[in-house]
Amino acid sequence: MTQSVVVQVGQCGNQVGCRFWDLALREHAHVNKRGLYDEAISSFFRNVDSSVGDGLTFTYLNPQAVLVDMEEGVVNEILQGPLREVFDSTQLLTDVSGSGNNWLYFASRRCTGSGLGTRVLSLLEEEFPEVCRIVTSIYPSAEDDVITSPYNSILAMNELTEHADCVLPVENQSLVDIVNKIKVMSHGAKPGLIIKRNSTVTSGQGGLSGAEKPFDAMNNIVANLLLNITSSARFEGSLNMDLNEIAMNLVPFPRLHYLVPSLTPLYTLADINVPPRRLDQMFSDAFSKDHQLIQADPKHSLYLACALMVRGNVQVSDVRRNIERLRPSLPFVSWNQEGWKTSLCSVPPVGHSHSLLALANNTCVKPTFMELRERFTKLYRKKAHLHHYLHVEGMEQSFFSEAVASLSSLIEEYHHLDATKAKLMPDAPRLSIAR
Amino acid sequence: MSVVTVQLGQCGNQVGQELFDVICSDAQEGQRKTYSASSCKRFFHQTAHGDLVARAVLIDMEPKVINHSMSMAAKSGRWRYGESSHFSQKQGSGNNWANGYCVHGPRHRDAVEELVRREVERCDRLSGLIAMMSVAGGTGSGVGTYITQCLRDIYPTSFILNHLTWPYGTGEVIVQNYNSVLTLAHLYQLSDAILVHENDTVHRICSQLLNIKHISFSDVNRVIAHQLGSVLQPTLTADSHGEYSRNSLGIDWQVRPPAGSGRSRSLTGGSFNTSLANLLILRGKDVYSAETGGFEDPALYTSWLSSKEAFNLWKSPVPFNKYEKSATLVSNSQALLRPLDDMVGKAWNMFASRAYIHQYIKFGISEEDFLDSFTSLEQVISSYSQLC
Repeated sequence: MTQSVVVQVGQCGNQVGCRFWDLALREHAHVNKRGLYDEAISSFFRNVDSSVGDGLTFTYLNPQAVLVDMEEGVVNEILQGPLREVFDSTQLLTDVSGSGNNWLYFASRRCTGSGLGTRVLSLLEEEFPEVCRIVTSIYPSAEDDVITSPYNSILAMNELTEHADCVLPVENQSLVDIVNKIKVMSHGAKPGLIIKRNSTVTSGQGGLSGAEKPFDAMNNIVANLLLNITSSARFEGSLNMDLNEIAMNLVPFPRLHYLVPSLTPLYTLADINVPPRRLDQMFSDAFSKDHQLIQADPKHSLYLACALMVRGNVQVSDVRRNIERLRPSLPFVSWNQEGWKTSLCSVPPVGHSHSLLALANNTCVKPTFMELRERFTKLYRKKAHLHHYLHVEGMEQSFFSEAVASLSSLIEEYHHLDATKAKLMPDAPRLSIAR
Repeated sequence: MSVVTVQLGQCGNQVGQELFDVICSDAQEGQRKTYSASSCKRFFHQTAHGDLVARAVLIDMEPKVINHSMSMAAKSGRWRYGESSHFSQKQGSGNNWANGYCVHGPRHRDAVEELVRREVERCDRLSGLIAMMSVAGGTGSGVGTYITQCLRDIYPTSFILNHLTWPYGTGEVIVQNYNSVLTLAHLYQLSDAILVHENDTVHRICSQLLNIKHISFSDVNRVIAHQLGSVLQPTLTADSHGEYSRNSLGIDWQVRPPAGSGRSRSLTGGSFNTSLANLLILRGKDVYSAETGGFEDPALYTSWLSSKEAFNLWKSPVPFNKYEKSATLVSNSQALLRPLDDMVGKAWNMFASRAYIHQYIKFGISEEDFLDSFTSLEQVISSYSQLC
């Protein structure tokens, strides 16, 4: 168990972040019924009551978080909402006027996260180079209403490629699809197939917030992603996995650190007479496109590495059996044929008996990046809206050309690996020992 | 004659706790005074209140597992760990051998050495040190290797046994083969004996011999603990005259073949397993009348050692762990050759693409260090495969 700090930037970042803290508190409350401040909680929360030591009941918990935004709207909302008692004023950063924040000087709020967020990222790398930086970023869909979002995305991606240890890209479209799927299940389902309350990956009920706001369902999915990644750091298990192990195992080459997340189950059925979906089905689901948080096709691309983070009453033999079963249908790169990282955390998410998060480093992100580049090129070719950016002090046109060059070279690296897929690569000749 | 155990990383601490549990419950079984006293003295020290406290030091770079092991021990009601005999951080080694060996090891060396020193000083006579660790992760493998080196420096004449757990061939840690190669190459120069359990093999025992349906790491660890316990518990040898004081770690298993020995033997050749040395331990009923001649067959052993030199037999009429009769074989032979070769082969393939290397270089080891480790292990593989 290590300690971690969550940095939430911009409207999106702060809304998702707050869903995370809400659900995290719910998770810990579920397990820690007596309210004792223990090691698990201390990985993400500070105990601010100095009269309460370890192992004693706490009254005030303070999340280890920094909330950043260009304007006060979202952060103020948080401070007036049910989580107000949890954060203190020193954790909030909203007065960030001034130079150095390149591409956030723009009306749309959507820019703060990408611009300021990536700036914060490179500052973190400067200040704390050995601390692992894991970034969850929301990628816009093709029909994004912000016209210049391709500019923001490409500029941000350059920073993410250079300064993050690993990135979990999440596409809004995938979140929308999952939300819709759950809606269909809840409303049009056959009799007897009723979803258990509070068990959906989109639900925030049981947490502090009351009625849910429009983006809450989608944000909850991302919050659940974060809960699952951090579960092994927060709770016990027979095979623990820390955040820094994610980067270590899933990033074979420094820039190729974009991981496809896949979450399962999306819900639990309420009817106790219906047998729970077999454990093996959960593993199969994790490799189905319906459960991925980005639109991509990993099974027809190349796996560089894959991590399975399992929660709940699942044993090592269950994991092994499923790896053996699924392995033949998944193409792995020649030098990492057994490239699986597993973790077993004993505590399942609230409302479930077990869950699985799969993180795959797969060349299937290449098409996503190529599309992004295309949308960028359409705009950039006509120099559309460029003046908004170039007006900002410190911003130069070369940033754009560098950023797109960086993306192109990233695409090229993935392409190079893809090319090895069809070939049968021979084993490297071993060292021979003279007698 | 006491043994101090250092438990390193998640695996080392989980298996270690099971081991002490097995030893304690076996030692306290029935009315076997001399055996019990010897076993307890070897692995525990007794407080003024009569509590049995394990002669162990628990090391990890994060606290969860140590906390769990300590509370499991206390729950047993029969023994516990020393309250301050543990050291942990809040950082983890990230499955990175270099992080363990180059950063955490040196940083925390003093604290760990101090804890070991305290345990050693509580022993009347130290017969040896056991380090328990896995080779797949970052702390057990990296910090474990570094600490073994420190112990070797501080206790140059003590016997050091490294108990290693090898991971499943597929899928515990992606960089497990790198971590294993680096660990084994270094330990080969430092350790007196390397005792290995492979998760795959133990898993088979659980499923085929014990018929366990849903095998957990607990099950695996318990099997390992039983096997290890059956080796380490007191025995009588030909010259111990009924006294259970013989140092069970005193056997030299690191026999090296003389230069220029014989023809080569291919790994896949249908030959059976050639041994350098075998230790057979019999416990329980009828040990004195057991017929063990088959183990002395010269065909089992390499030609430059006589079977008299290579085969050792220890006995104890006291049953181990309630088994009426039990036998344990510890073997220095070609049995590990194939798994070792597979591990080196996979690591080499990965190294050829330089995959993940940047993660290790970040913490202070170089490509040269990797090459040195590969070379060392290829030599070991070569030596063992040439046995005939």
